[in-house]
Amino acid sequence: MTLLEVKDLHVHYRTLKGVVRAVEGVTFELGRGEALGIGGESGCGKSTLAFALMKLIPPPGRIVKGKVILDGKDLTGLPEDVLRKEVRWKEVSMVFQGAMNALCPVFTIGDQLAGPLMYHWGMSRREALERAAEALEMVGLHSDMLRRYPHELSGGQKQRVVIAMAILLNPKLIIADEPTTALDVIVQAQIMNLFKKLKKELSSSLVFITHDLSLIADIADKVAIMYGGKLVEFGPAEEVFIEPKHPYTHLLLSSIPRIDRRTKLTWIPGTPPDLRNPPPGCRFWPRCPHAMDICKKEEPPMVELGRGHRVLCHLYA
Amino acid sequence: MSAPTKELLVVEDLRKWFPVRRSLADVLAGRERRYVRAVDGVSFTVVCSEVFCLVGESGCGKTTTGRLIVRALRPTSGKMLYRVSEEVLDALRALHVRLEGDSFVDLAGRFRGKADKLLRREVQMILQDPYGSLNPRQTIRDILEEPLIIHGIGGSRDERLELVVKALKDVKLTPPEEFLDRYPHQLSGGQRQRVNIARALLLKPKLIVADEPVSMLDVSIRAEILQLMLELRDVKNLTYVFITHDLAVANNICDRIAVMYLGKIVELGPATEVIRNPLHPYTKALIAAIPEPDPRKGRAIKEVPIKGEVPNAVNVPPGCRLHPRCPYAEERCRREEPELKDVGGGHLVACHLY
Ligand SMILES: Nc1ncnc2c1ncn2[C@@H]1O[C@H](COP(=O)(O)OP(=O)(O)OP(=O)(O)O)[C@@H](O)[C@H]1O
Ligand SMILES: Nc1ncnc2c1ncn2[C@@H]1O[C@H](COP(=O)(O)OP(=O)(O)O)[C@@H](O)[C@H]1O
Ligand SMILES: [Mg+2]
Ligand SMILES: [Mg+2]
Repeated sequence: MTLLEVKDLHVHYRTLKGVVRAVEGVTFELGRGEALGIGGESGCGKSTLAFALMKLIPPPGRIVKGKVILDGKDLTGLPEDVLRKEVRWKEVSMVFQGAMNALCPVFTIGDQLAGPLMYHWGMSRREALERAAEALEMVGLHSDMLRRYPHELSGGQKQRVVIAMAILLNPKLIIADEPTTALDVIVQAQIMNLFKKLKKELSSSLVFITHDLSLIADIADKVAIMYGGKLVEFGPAEEVFIEPKHPYTHLLLSSIPRIDRRTKLTWIPGTPPDLRNPPPGCRFWPRCPHAMDICKKEEPPMVELGRGHRVLCHLYA
Repeated sequence: MSAPTKELLVVEDLRKWFPVRRSLADVLAGRERRYVRAVDGVSFTVVCSEVFCLVGESGCGKTTTGRLIVRALRPTSGKMLYRVSEEVLDALRALHVRLEGDSFVDLAGRFRGKADKLLRREVQMILQDPYGSLNPRQTIRDILEEPLIIHGIGGSRDERLELVVKALKDVKLTPPEEFLDRYPHQLSGGQRQRVNIARALLLKPKLIVADEPVSMLDVSIRAEILQLMLELRDVKNLTYVFITHDLAVANNICDRIAVMYLGKIVELGPATEVIRNPLHPYTKALIAAIPEPDPRKGRAIKEVPIKGEVPNAVNVPPGCRLHPRCPYAEERCRREEPELKDVGGGHLVACHLY
């Protein structure tokens, strides 16, 4: 059953130097209890897409076109007060990129977890603290943490606290934006284990955003690869990783250094497009080894390959 | 050409302790001064023209070790014997600099004036952050000219320009004219890192300490920088101390790897040996924790044998530093610090299991 449907979504930032087309024509769907991994290089629009799923895009950003349908409701049409009261944190929550370093230093963990429950959802202090303690336990922390301050926590513990915030109200969809990027590899593995556990126990859907495709392989059922604001490949994890279709996905996967073998390192020459002024035609053609004439002139179509696998590329048209 | 087994740098029992600032209350209560034991008795040898890797989690002392080698910090104790190149050796002799053996100097010592500058040219550092390490108000030309001016290389502005252009070509920022008048913010992360490399190369160093040179870059372009560094090593006969937290990167470009934990080396050996046949429980955990880009291998909860997180380097556990987190810890590990021992083939491990 589908939980989330994103249809032809366009998000732009209007800046003095021009319009940044951060998300352009993104379409995908996600089932209940499924995990979607969104990958791609820095600046390709991953975080912007995540913000759009909460309808919480920082200014000067704006959804200029398209729909985000969560559990049958089109969020793009809902007024801000409804979103605040009924949708955010309750239906969909987010672990923001870098959030573990944005915990407020002067409040205890308990205050930071229970506060919103009291002021936003009118719980009593006791109820709120009880709920906070439950959430902490879910993420593998003792309720003693409630009385502690952020500086008394290790990096991994802080990340667990931010994850606890995201699950306080049992949302149907949890978005995690680069939740392990600042962590060491052993702690990262512990946090990945936590996400796997939560996904199972809460039966929530998960949108997991990272530039590290290995982490996507580690958790996701579905994979979305973004390039220059566009979704260039989407499909079941096994298919996308084992038989990537888009030349970009293919090159991205082969540029990952492996621990199980020593290989000649490969890379993608050139740089990603300037989203204020993307190249005509396919956005990837200047870096694509298979670029044809048509790629430089016409935008590629989204080609259905079956089994929910889609690719935005002229090679398959 | 140097023979493949000639030592370039011999580090012996190197220590750097940073004093922790005491509060007035601490002083009045007569509490002892405490230290961050960032580097706490590290020994290793770097051989000419190899890529020697220091790996470990953040805070284990990699950067501090690197900064000690380039003399940005002075060690608390220990030696760093560096084999001076022929050209510089005569100059140092003329300056009556104390040599160790017939061609080594101890970089832990103090050097003044000309000797200091000569040695700084020999050992250069490339920093992690391609964004913060270039002055945003200088053009690429000014950035690259600066070390030449400081070290009095190239007599005239024209001569210096020639050297700068050549350095840009060396790091494949071509055509160079297109980059000379740009500012750092007009370059991509990868291009900035090339400028950093060019700046280090201008002084014709022999040893380069590269501190996480690709970790701020997208995976898609990392290999391009790494490949460039390897090519430059061959062309310019360089030796690298390569610092990374990423064992997969180390696996792909290093000859030998030293794994650090809390200021100490726990395992050291040929890269393939350390990765294929890790001995130390910590190295094993590091390798087990690396995710692989293959969904057929993932998805299940992954057993990571080492519990918890790295403790603060102020409170180093007694005995083996890993014992509170180690699944194999025995009584002896709590009391006695294991020494780094050779278990054959240049593979060293500091663990009571061996
Ligand atoms: N507030 C803003 N104003 C203007 N442009 C913005 C703003 N936020 C993001 N952008 C631009 O939108 C594009 C997409 O940014 P976004 O943060 O979504 O990328 P990302 O894929 O999450 O990158 P990263 O991997 O670095 O987190 C980029 O070109 C970025 O420069
Ligand atoms: N200038 C300094 N003053 C005090 N402590 C420091 C200083 N530099 C590093 N440290 C501490 O020394 C330890 C090792 O740091 P570092 O060498 O930067 O590790 P790594 O590069 O492996 O992450 C850390 O605990 C760090 O906080
Ligand atoms: Mg982002
Ligand atoms: Mg460091």
